[in-house]
Amino acid sequence: MAALTPISRTPVSFYVPVVAAAGAVAGLFVGTAQGSSLIGILIGAILLGAIAFLLTQIIKAEAQGRWALTAVFAVAGFLMGGLAAGIIGLLFGWFFGWFTFWLFEGRYRAYVAPYLTPGQVLWHYTFRVICGAILIFLITPILVVMPLSFNAEDFFTFTPEMLRFDPAGYSLKHYEDFFTNSDWQGALANSVKIAPMATLLSVSFGTLAAIGLSQQHVPFRRAIMAILISPMIVPLIISAAGMYFFYSRIGLQGTYMGVVLAHAALGIPFVIITVTATLVGFDNSLTRAAANMGAGPVTTFFRVQMPLILPGVISGGLFAFITSFDEVVVVLFVGSAGQKTLPWQMFTGLREQISPTILAVATILVIVSIALLTVVELLRRRSERLRGMSPA
Amino acid sequence: MKLTKTLLASTALTVAAGMANADGHMANEMTIVSWGGAYSNSQQKAYHDPYMEATGISIINDESSPEAVAKLRAMNEAGNITWDLVDVEAADAIRLCDEGLAMEIDHDEVLAPAPDGTSASEDFGDTIASDCFIPQIVFSTTFGYRTDMVPEGVEPPTSACDVFEIEKYPGKRALNKRPIANMEWALLCDGVAYEDVYDVLETEEGQARAFAKLDTIKDQTIWWSAGAETPQLLADGEIFMGSTFNGRLFSVIAEQGQPVGMAWDWQMFDLDGWIVPTGLSDDRLARVMDYLKVSTDTQRLADQAKYISYGPARASSAPLVGQHAELGIDMAPHMPTDPNNAENTFVNNYEWWADYRDDLDAKFQAWLTQ
Repeated sequence: MAALTPISRTPVSFYVPVVAAAGAVAGLFVGTAQGSSLIGILIGAILLGAIAFLLTQIIKAEAQGRWALTAVFAVAGFLMGGLAAGIIGLLFGWFFGWFTFWLFEGRYRAYVAPYLTPGQVLWHYTFRVICGAILIFLITPILVVMPLSFNAEDFFTFTPEMLRFDPAGYSLKHYEDFFTNSDWQGALANSVKIAPMATLLSVSFGTLAAIGLSQQHVPFRRAIMAILISPMIVPLIISAAGMYFFYSRIGLQGTYMGVVLAHAALGIPFVIITVTATLVGFDNSLTRAAANMGAGPVTTFFRVQMPLILPGVISGGLFAFITSFDEVVVVLFVGSAGQKTLPWQMFTGLREQISPTILAVATILVIVSIALLTVVELLRRRSERLRGMSPA
Repeated sequence: MKLTKTLLASTALTVAAGMANADGHMANEMTIVSWGGAYSNSQQKAYHDPYMEATGISIINDESSPEAVAKLRAMNEAGNITWDLVDVEAADAIRLCDEGLAMEIDHDEVLAPAPDGTSASEDFGDTIASDCFIPQIVFSTTFGYRTDMVPEGVEPPTSACDVFEIEKYPGKRALNKRPIANMEWALLCDGVAYEDVYDVLETEEGQARAFAKLDTIKDQTIWWSAGAETPQLLADGEIFMGSTFNGRLFSVIAEQGQPVGMAWDWQMFDLDGWIVPTGLSDDRLARVMDYLKVSTDTQRLADQAKYISYGPARASSAPLVGQHAELGIDMAPHMPTDPNNAENTFVNNYEWWADYRDDLDAKFQAWLTQ
């Protein structure tokens, strides 16, 4: 990106206090970890204010100054708390070196429009920091789980060995447990048997319902829609209790079919919503044209309508699959121990025995979900590209 | 209509696949409900595996014991009992028996006598807390503490009452999020004589006194609801001491090698065992009774102690308790019933709790939110 605004150096009275404020925030984290937040804030602010002044007014050479700062912080971190702290120190040193010169040289002004007031520039960057913070807040719990799943001990704890990056602190035994323990393998098998079947049912019924409900002449469209969507809105525990009593009476409670039907009912609203959304852009004259050329309704559906609404069907199916794969409340009611799914096993595992095998499973599931979404996205792009190239 | 046909075909396919997988109650299956974790594991190895091998019956484990009472009530209302045998604490067994959800059992007729011919009811003795209850183990709720967090120059804690010594042993505590055991300890450590605890606890003033004692450590206490939480908190060093089941602490100390010690004094004895739900069909009932006879005999109960440090409920099993199956250490000194550990014990009055539990549960939850 080309620079939008010519830049000039900023006065000491601007950048030193800003770096000091950032230092105070960093000091808050380090100080809290070491026992006193207040002292951390003070030391952080004073130290980094002084460093900013030193770097820009006395050392002046940017590259050397920043390398030296990174090295000093890395060594200081290492002396304070070993290898892990050393790496954190290194990152801190790199960041504050960059941050100091970024402010000092006025580079922060280069890529924003020249007519912005200082307040608008401040907001421009504050906004990005807030977005980043929200992203970190969302993703950290998932990332923390991953290293913990390699714990050599049977607790959800970062052991001192792990923090020292000592290989003895890590092990694959929880993964081994997952792949060899019959409880976990049985639960995995149940999940794999239940989720695709529930998805198949949700997609078939949900798509048909969405197509039917998009016809103008269907009576009570809104009421029917509301009823079909209700499993998504009614609290799950209420659906689950209702299904439990109903399925018990008709002999479906504690059977494979019962769980599949219950999960299908939960998945249908997702399919209806996504397919209805794609149908909004669907041109009904296409079906009339197909009919005009002698195609029956089934042929029209599979050859004309289905390919066009496929993205909605697939993403609805994906949601239905994940709903079934993730679901624990309904299966606890409707299933019996013979239908124990992965989330159920994780739930009881978490309650009865806090075992890092749960984290190993979580890590595997995260990786599988990412792979699944990537594949679907790639397929979608490929089909769009193909459709774009083929004569319409 | 082709569409209808396709639909019908796919539905039929789904149903057929479902039927192939369907596993309701087949002739050779039994669903046994227990607590999960290391405890279910010990039952699996000591009872289920040998039994499945001998008879060809397959046993499905359901880990629903924590909500057994509520689920049995729901099953009863729905008229669909899917469990064959349920592992519950003595107090729950009494409640379920009173509500008619558990079957009354003639212990001498159903259970095997001791090897020397002593009848089952004599061999189990006092542990038969209810006519519906078939005892398995004696366990205790007691305290574990971080050995490396004991202040210098201070004796490590030895008694449940040390949990209230906030000045002597600073640090967070973990206590069970329910009144059982906590209320008794509070009164006992406040100076009430052991014999009088339940008499005092019946009165409003007694309950207020117990809550006042608990108030002294309330802001330092983390409340747990699963037996695995205290071991995790101890391993993290988040707490100085916390209550949990003695088998969990054994696992933390002996199997996981954590720096944790145990305070045995005023451990709270409790019983755990089987109940048979009412309303089983005859063939299921016959299967359950056969399983019960085998799995609660003298040798089987002693076998369970190889895998977890809970004391067998039969008197005749005690001399047969051997070594840990994997670690090879003698299990007897880790039993809550070992004379060295059982100098001062608190025997939980489950009959009293069966009467007062609902009321005190409500008061306790209200106190927690204050």
